Amino acid sequence: MAWFLKDRKRRKALRERLEIPPDAWDKCEQCGHVDLSENFDRALQVCPECGYHRRISARRYIEILADPNSFIELFADLRSVDPLQFEGYPERVSRAVKQVGPQDAIVTGYCTVTGFNINLGAMEFAFMGGSMGSVVGEKIARLATRSLEAGIPLVIISASGGARMQEGVLSLMQLAKTSAMIARLREERIPYISVLTNPTTGGVTASYAMQGDVNLAEPGALIGFAGPRVIQQTIRQDLPEGFQTAEFLADHGMVDRVVLRSELRDTTARLLRMMQGLPSAEADD
Amino acid sequence: MGTTAFNAEFEKPIVELERQIDHLKRLAADRQLDVQEEIEPLEAKLAALRHDIYRHLTPMQRVQVARHPRRPFTLDYITTIFTDFVELKGDRLYRDDPAIVGGWARLRERPVVVIGQQKGRDTKDNLKRNFGMAHPEGYRKALRLMYMAERFKAPVITLIDTPGAYPGLGAEERGQAEAIARNLEEMAALETPLVAVIIGEGGSGGALALGLADCVLMLEHAIYSVISPEGCAAILWKDAAEKERAAESLKLTSDDLLRLGLVDEIVPEPAGGAHADPAEAAANLESALAADVEELVKVTPDELKRRRTEKYLRMGSYLEG
Ligand SMILES: [Zn+2]
Repeated sequence: MAWFLKDRKRRKALRERLEIPPDAWDKCEQCGHVDLSENFDRALQVCPECGYHRRISARRYIEILADPNSFIELFADLRSVDPLQFEGYPERVSRAVKQVGPQDAIVTGYCTVTGFNINLGAMEFAFMGGSMGSVVGEKIARLATRSLEAGIPLVIISASGGARMQEGVLSLMQLAKTSAMIARLREERIPYISVLTNPTTGGVTASYAMQGDVNLAEPGALIGFAGPRVIQQTIRQDLPEGFQTAEFLADHGMVDRVVLRSELRDTTARLLRMMQGLPSAEADD
Repeated sequence: MGTTAFNAEFEKPIVELERQIDHLKRLAADRQLDVQEEIEPLEAKLAALRHDIYRHLTPMQRVQVARHPRRPFTLDYITTIFTDFVELKGDRLYRDDPAIVGGWARLRERPVVVIGQQKGRDTKDNLKRNFGMAHPEGYRKALRLMYMAERFKAPVITLIDTPGAYPGLGAEERGQAEAIARNLEEMAALETPLVAVIIGEGGSGGALALGLADCVLMLEHAIYSVISPEGCAAILWKDAAEKERAAESLKLTSDDLLRLGLVDEIVPEPAGGAHADPAEAAANLESALAADVEELVKVTPDELKRRRTEKYLRMGSYLEG
């Protein structure tokens, strides 16, 4: 650790001398590597040292996947209500809206990827842990309906702790609702790619996140049905190293590929082009 | 029947009165006395007491009724409501999961496939049944049986009674989430009538994995919830003792869910709950099931699927604009 402390001290001194603003530096949550924020950002918030994929916002995923300036947001005016009069729920939603934005736990819309159309949803974990209530379910159902009607592929990037407790069985029914639409896509042979990011657990994993024609996952992402703590409490023993990671799920046959964030766009585009019988992006130019 | 077991404070007066009546009956039998005159008013009092107590249950007390150790379980209903039951086991992939039972049976002579989670009656039984908490194999067995029903044009009836899908190492390794997700996707598109009944505990995704249906029934004192009241209290208020508050907030009773449009029909239970008179509970469920199946078999598979999808698309509560 000594080199690191020394390094930090030296950098601190450097920062003071050059009057670099404190937010110009960032530190990896996983390995402690300190680097310029812009280096993290250039690497799409993947640690240049250890490869840890840090959590990023829904809008950042959209930037990564969509052709520049092609994304048009849809269903942005859907808002959560408090159907059960659940203690403290309206306050939690208002706080999340104020801190994260009004999009609830998913941003939905359409865009092009290497020139062809897709419908794209990206979940926002910062909004109440990416929990799925009526708004998330409705946005996904409408997006899937749009895919069905327009015959264009669907891509959903998941990040969620599961169903939103404060909407009770209404939120549980969003599993059924989204699954029913994914079933329709399958019947009509519309490609659907699911991307699982850190973390994707509970009701979201038990519905659309696992139902992709292709399920892709980011390295190291926590993916499971039950959360690790619940499992630990149930079996009263420590969980094995690497349990419920993306790599673990790939090994056990539940996701097709673990894909680096830097390769997400390319992999998604290649697959969807082939699934739709389109020429490769290179031949298309 | 042994009447000494109770699992809730509110049952105490009922159980005590039952004991008194039992005692009197035994005494009379021993000494060959006629105590009918003494027993009649006591039995009337017992009926009134049951009626009164069960009309005023709090949500958490209803959770206790739904989890009552003497409550009829899936196999109890299967053996009383159905005839010709032939249990079929295994998912043809890994193993048989005894937490879910299923097979062919007849409902008033009509062949159906019936499937449900099975809880254990005692510790040994519960070890085998895993307290009605299925592994992925259980859900995959259920799906295999549903496909069979579809192929032979038989309606599917599911009986739901589970604290939830099992949260364990093997369950996760073998894809608990995938198994549930697949069932939902396949059940949404199944080309045969689906009737689901929550008979006891409807525990979240593990319940829904058998619960996506054309017609969802709920026994009067059953519960259906996205999370257990204990789990909800621990997460929101960092205190499992707040379960009363959580049970109240979650709106998990049959009348709440009917009002919210999330279940289609409530099946009444006898006074004192299904365990007070299992025969009557079964009779009520049988007539409800028979009526629903009778209606659903008249509908074409395409129309069934269309209605089913539309029904679930309507579920949700949000503001626009
Ligand atoms: Zn790192």
